[in-house]
Amino acid sequence: MMLTVEGLVAAYGRIEALKGVDLTVAEGEIVALIGANGAGKTTLLMSLCGRPRAKAGRIRLLDDDIAHLPTFAIVRKGVAIAPEGRRIFPRLSVLENLRLGAVTADPAYFDSDLKRVLGLFPRLKERLDQRGGTLSGGEQQMLAIGRALMARPRLLLLDEPSLGLAPLVVRQIFDIIAAIRAEQKVTVFLVEQNAHHALRLADRGYVMVNGRITLSGSGAELLANPEIRAAYLDGGHG
Amino acid sequence: MAALVALGLAFPLVGHRLEDSVNGLSLGYRFDWVAIGVAAVFFGRLTIGLLGGVPRIAAFDRLKGLRMDWLGWVLAAIAIALPFLPFADRNLIDKATLVLIYVMLGWGLNVVVGLAGLLDLGYVAFYAVGAYSYALLSLYFDLSFWVCLPLAGLFAAGFGVLLGFPVLRLRGDYLAIVTLGFGEIIRVILLNWQSFTGGPNGITSIARPSFFGLVFSADPPEGRMAFHQALGIDYSSLHRVMFLYFLILALALLTNFVTLRLRRLPIGRAWEALREDEIACRALGINPTTTKLSAFAIGAMFGGFAGSFFATRQGFVSPESFTFIESAIVLAIVVLGGMGSQIGVVVAALLLIGLPEWFRDLQLYRMLVFGLAMVAIMLWRPRGLLSHRDPTILLSEMKR
Ligand SMILES: Nc1ncnc2c1ncn2[C@@H]1O[C@H](COP(=O)(O)OP(=O)(O)O)[C@@H](O)[C@H]1O
Ligand SMILES: [Mg+2]
Repeated sequence: MMLTVEGLVAAYGRIEALKGVDLTVAEGEIVALIGANGAGKTTLLMSLCGRPRAKAGRIRLLDDDIAHLPTFAIVRKGVAIAPEGRRIFPRLSVLENLRLGAVTADPAYFDSDLKRVLGLFPRLKERLDQRGGTLSGGEQQMLAIGRALMARPRLLLLDEPSLGLAPLVVRQIFDIIAAIRAEQKVTVFLVEQNAHHALRLADRGYVMVNGRITLSGSGAELLANPEIRAAYLDGGHG
Repeated sequence: MAALVALGLAFPLVGHRLEDSVNGLSLGYRFDWVAIGVAAVFFGRLTIGLLGGVPRIAAFDRLKGLRMDWLGWVLAAIAIALPFLPFADRNLIDKATLVLIYVMLGWGLNVVVGLAGLLDLGYVAFYAVGAYSYALLSLYFDLSFWVCLPLAGLFAAGFGVLLGFPVLRLRGDYLAIVTLGFGEIIRVILLNWQSFTGGPNGITSIARPSFFGLVFSADPPEGRMAFHQALGIDYSSLHRVMFLYFLILALALLTNFVTLRLRRLPIGRAWEALREDEIACRALGINPTTTKLSAFAIGAMFGGFAGSFFATRQGFVSPESFTFIESAIVLAIVVLGGMGSQIGVVVAALLLIGLPEWFRDLQLYRMLVFGLAMVAIMLWRPRGLLSHRDPTILLSEMKR
């Protein structure tokens, strides 16, 4: 398994946001985690990265227990994240953002990695010297994903890549995520409220409610599940 | 509104005044001054309000398009040529030296504030550490300036790390308060550790620097050669002034060079990234602890260099030279210059240090002009004089 999470509990102060989460992500898979606002999806991704730290439970990356490592050490083990809200560096240029993504990677790969990332995101190629903050929302999301890829991750974590984007751009982003898995052999774990797109793309999915996993199955199974249709699809984002 | 605030501030500050009268000191009142000040603020604010904002001044806008690299070389050339210009007298070189000290301090602090985004209000502490390191080392161990300079830099860097550790988790306002306290602590220690630092009396007759062993003196001590003798020219006290000028110029240029190099290295990029977004930095595998500590250490080191230069120039140090106002001035230079801009620091230092020195005759109005200049700059260039930031790597520079 690329990622194994067992009984993960994480809290902000006294408020438990994750109340015992179990899930697995196999090598080469795309796994989606869906859930309503406030379910604890972001908290899960962040605690995979060590902040907030796991209060109980285990997080294994391949064979290493990473639950007690500091964030930067986890990233060095091959986990990259495009965090919620993108968090690109607004005053730095697109190229500088990408360079910062590569701080943990072997510099020898920089040129070829850059070429590959720009191949995935031609829009960024035209804007390399532009400041990150002046990009459109979709371009910023592309930059956030591209920056994460520059770290040559084994496991790519994506937090709501479709948030606040126009439907057409959402389609583009999801197509690119599929391409990333196909071309770069990266395992992808993504978190989404946009259940429809996410489950169509994913091999498997999990549903999170109030800090617990309530359902799991293949993407197609979950898409067909009437409970899910009612809660996240028909009334939701469609 | 603004006028009310001004009234509140001005009343106790300007309105009262200590007067010498027959029976000792007494409080005088200057309500007319308060009225003038408040009226000025009122009408100033009103005008800005009526005009719907500050009128744009073309010259200020043009600053944006200025080619920075070009301006930098011109300034450097002027700085090198300055002492040889016909109108350069002792006074001018002295003032230029002072400006350069602040340029160097500004560049040093720029690493911490401008690049790494850590608001440090106690920068003067490192300046003090550098100055006292040199003073004490030369006093107790009789070490020469050239040995002490790197040592002073190291000591200051050590203090930078010392300050860095407790404030690692702090940001913004809290960081500012703690660093402010740190600056004061250092000063108070210097003031009260009488047996070691000389307390309020400071340390006097600090050794002057030599030029590769050549001293600057009309009659050198036994066994030493003087600069003018070595060159076979007549003694002039101007030699030392010029030497000091070139020394600080070299130190400042070194600071600038090192900073510019660092900015292009991963550590410099990490500083800037840290300024922009600490959480994102962690997520990219940057270790914020070492990144912050290195910024504090490098910034402090430059402060330490500047401090030992200060000590050798004055030949005298005392805690009085290292009060909070110094930190504030250096910070003002960095902020006015446009955070992170190297040339902005030079321009701001010229404005804030050079101009007031020129207008010393107007003593009384110096602070008033200083304040007005600050207000004007903040109105027209809220992000600093030269806030434009060039990327450290450009597409055109990359092989593809
Ligand atoms: N920094 C924080 N401090 C305290 N509580 C938080 C913090 N971040 C999130 N929470 C709480 O944790 C819960 C889960 O939030 P989050 O993981 O952001 O949900 P999601 O990403 O699924 O919308 C929510 O109840 C939220 O209020
Ligand atoms: Mg979220």
